[in-house]
Amino acid sequence: MTTTATPRTSTSAGGGLTGRLTTDTGSQRSRGDYVVLAVFVAVAAAVPFVLSASDMAIANRVLIFAIMGVGWNIMAGFGGMFSFGHAAYFGIGAYATAYGVVVLGLSPWLGMLLGIAISVAAGVGISYLALRYKLTGAYYTMSTFAFAEALRLFVIGNDALNRTVGFTIPVQQGSSLVDFQFPAGSPWYYWIGLGLLGMCLLASILFVRSRPGRFTIAARDDDVAAAALGIDVLRHKLFAVAVSAAITAVAGTYYVQYYMFVDPEIAFGAAASNDAIITAVVGGTGTIWGPIVGAIIMAPLSDVVTGFLRTPPPGFEWLAGHGGLDIILYAVILVAVVILLPKGVYGTLVSRRRKS
Amino acid sequence: MATSLQNAPETTGSAARRPTLSERQKVAIVTVSVLAVVTAVAALRAGSSTVLVQALVTGVLTGGIYSLVAMGLTLIYGVLHIINFANGALVALAMYLTFVTVDTMGVHPYTALLVVVPAMGVLGALLQTSLLNPVMRAPIQIQLLVTIGLALAIENVLLLVFGPTPRSVQLPGNVGVSILGATVELSRIYAFVGALVLVAILSLVLQRTAIGTSIRAVAANPEGARLVGINTKSIYSVTFALGAMAAGAAGVLVAPFTTIEPTSGAIFNLTAFVVVVLGGMGNIPGALVGGLVVGLTEQLAGLILPDESPLLAVFVVFLIVLFIRPKGVFGRAS
Repeated sequence: MTTTATPRTSTSAGGGLTGRLTTDTGSQRSRGDYVVLAVFVAVAAAVPFVLSASDMAIANRVLIFAIMGVGWNIMAGFGGMFSFGHAAYFGIGAYATAYGVVVLGLSPWLGMLLGIAISVAAGVGISYLALRYKLTGAYYTMSTFAFAEALRLFVIGNDALNRTVGFTIPVQQGSSLVDFQFPAGSPWYYWIGLGLLGMCLLASILFVRSRPGRFTIAARDDDVAAAALGIDVLRHKLFAVAVSAAITAVAGTYYVQYYMFVDPEIAFGAAASNDAIITAVVGGTGTIWGPIVGAIIMAPLSDVVTGFLRTPPPGFEWLAGHGGLDIILYAVILVAVVILLPKGVYGTLVSRRRKS
Repeated sequence: MATSLQNAPETTGSAARRPTLSERQKVAIVTVSVLAVVTAVAALRAGSSTVLVQALVTGVLTGGIYSLVAMGLTLIYGVLHIINFANGALVALAMYLTFVTVDTMGVHPYTALLVVVPAMGVLGALLQTSLLNPVMRAPIQIQLLVTIGLALAIENVLLLVFGPTPRSVQLPGNVGVSILGATVELSRIYAFVGALVLVAILSLVLQRTAIGTSIRAVAANPEGARLVGINTKSIYSVTFALGAMAAGAAGVLVAPFTTIEPTSGAIFNLTAFVVVVLGGMGNIPGALVGGLVVGLTEQLAGLILPDESPLLAVFVVFLIVLFIRPKGVFGRAS
């Protein structure tokens, strides 16, 4: 093994994580994707009948992670634009919803549309600049990271957005689908989240099958060749950004309506960006189903660890009452997957199966 | 000074390798005049010279601290082309090591340098050898993800071991002194001087030692360096060790005036990115200039827009610079 620093070939912004390996672009596979999607949603819809109320909180977090991962994956996995600042879109979705509900008195669904609109505009705007000025590699990474951070600082300094205090959604009596509010522990939160995830997955499948999607993937693999073939690389990449930002904003809305609270750190902090990235990377970037697998692995971690620490086995008692173990595990899984399974858990399984 | 890692090893100051002098002068003139205008606006807003002088002095000193923290980041980027997201976490780790050293041995905080810097060097070499060298041929984002994982792991190991209670390190005789009418803690002045010393040391190591020559060779052309018999992998490890040692030195020097928490370093991370991009990634003296610009921008913006977070101005400057001059304002022209 020789190691040099030269073969850094990513010409597109960031470059695709998995290169050209695991994209399900074949139409017969995509038809299979619709079937898988239908089965997945049908099976997942039964989860509230199986799990206890406390476990449903974990299931809801899986949904949030999954939507974020699906959103990030469109831009990074299929588009090759490796964003480290998806907290920007998540946060815009969350804040637009919270502001709409608390200040403007809108229905959360309108808040969601507002969040999607602002998020898409912001994403397309900043990405236009980044692509126009051909930021690549580390510089592209920094621009995405800085954009999310600048938004966080903007919110912290903005009185209309309640600075560091954030927003608390007022609790209402009874259930209302229009107001997206149900009694605590209601399975409706889960079903709505699942419905949103299903739509995001459908958007993801449709995107990959669409002309813009295929052009984006072509540009990810080699943007010079794609441009030489007459593909308007910039326009198609911006389309991918728009889809990605919209989906991630939906996760923000769902977060706010489920937890009924948001502040600048939750919305725009680096942790939100990391959750989106890590979900997709652990599952497998550039695959439709990778983010779902990643979410199922990563989202329950902190609850599993908390449960473990509640009754620590002999030798681990000293850990009780200490925080941090969940994130350490999370980090270890991330590093292990990145080094050992660079295609992610699902991506590796798929490519193994294809080889055999 | 030709300590930019992008320069070939044999370059020790020839003007031909650098951007033309006129271009540098132009950048310098623009920067100075922008800062002058901003200072004038800030002076009008502040309405008192004491407040303005305090802001300028604080800005310069804070800027020195920012460049101190950014030094390891820019060194590692210059050679490995990795943005080390774990830089801030390494600084936090060094702060805790300082705390433990001072707490258990009762020594002067700065003597902790003797323990912390070598320890960080060993850790850095181990991390690069075990985690990053295996993925050096992978796309850049793989390496970034490893450093993100590293950052999360370090921060949360600190949280696990030390808990969320903030710690502090007391510097004996750390009194406020008056500079031009502005009051500053001595420890911040020491940290500023430390930043200058660190730039000098790193420049000397890179320019005057055999290992420094090898590092610059690998930075300039890894393939060529390998062909002339340089073991690039061990150079990567040495570089990461040097970067971690710089982070270690920074951690010791900022510990006396920083609340020591697991996430203390992450706050520096953000400004360090800005400093490194402003100074030109991989350019060590550039990091010093970048740090000063960031420190002053932050303080002056605080005067002009007292209601906004001062860092917001820094990030706006950052995004503009990133798009207009991604190779850095003070780095080499693209």
